[in-house]
Amino acid sequence: MARYVLIESRDPLEASEVAGYYYDLAAGLARDGNDVTLFLVQNGVMPARFGARADKLASIVKSGVKVLADEFSLRERAIPRDRLATGVAAAPLDFVVDQMAASSKVIWH
Amino acid sequence: MAEQKTLTFALMDAPFEQSRTTTAFRLMHIAAKRGYKINVFAYEGAVGLPFNLQKPHANAVHGRSLEQENHPLPKDWVAALMRETERNGGKLDWVNCGLCVEERGAADAIAGVRRGSPGDFLKFAQESTNTLVIATK
Repeated sequence: MARYVLIESRDPLEASEVAGYYYDLAAGLARDGNDVTLFLVQNGVMPARFGARADKLASIVKSGVKVLADEFSLRERAIPRDRLATGVAAAPLDFVVDQMAASSKVIWH
Repeated sequence: MAEQKTLTFALMDAPFEQSRTTTAFRLMHIAAKRGYKINVFAYEGAVGLPFNLQKPHANAVHGRSLEQENHPLPKDWVAALMRETERNGGKLDWVNCGLCVEERGAADAIAGVRRGSPGDFLKFAQESTNTLVIATK
């Protein structure tokens, strides 16, 4: 089992491949038995708002992908950490550096 | 004593354009505070990040002086990152893609930046704990 950190910096509403490709990649890797984290940063945190129409993000949470949202990006966009979608947690960017130092497979999108 | 980690970052975005640049510097700052060795391969527009002729400016539209505007310059961020890394026992090795530099007339970089080629990126990746490519879109 490999550890993957997939970083998503864009909102699914600004680029169709975010939900159509990258979220699917995360779910597929999880289905194959890997430890997968989707780390949302910059506008990538927008679908993490409670009440956002983000069915695809909700579906990958159900598929076993851990979803984290960068605390700084949330604050920049006035998204309170207690108003996140179910299954999404706020995390510092340090998480990504931790995973790089631990030799996880880290991919930016 | 724990083994010192080495992280490599490939950057492609030109300065003053993308949030990706800010996030890349945030990541590198965290690594710098930990005393990691950091390698940067700056490709395409990213070779402008340490360009030495960047200058701050006043903002006449908003009526702000040079000091009030306090314009951030990426070359200062690169220099600060170098200092922070060394202060914590690490080292920042910043390589600008030579051909990208020629194309953009950006050879005048701040001290500590060296010229190289994609071969340096391969070497960095082979010698690093991990590598992150932050590609332009």
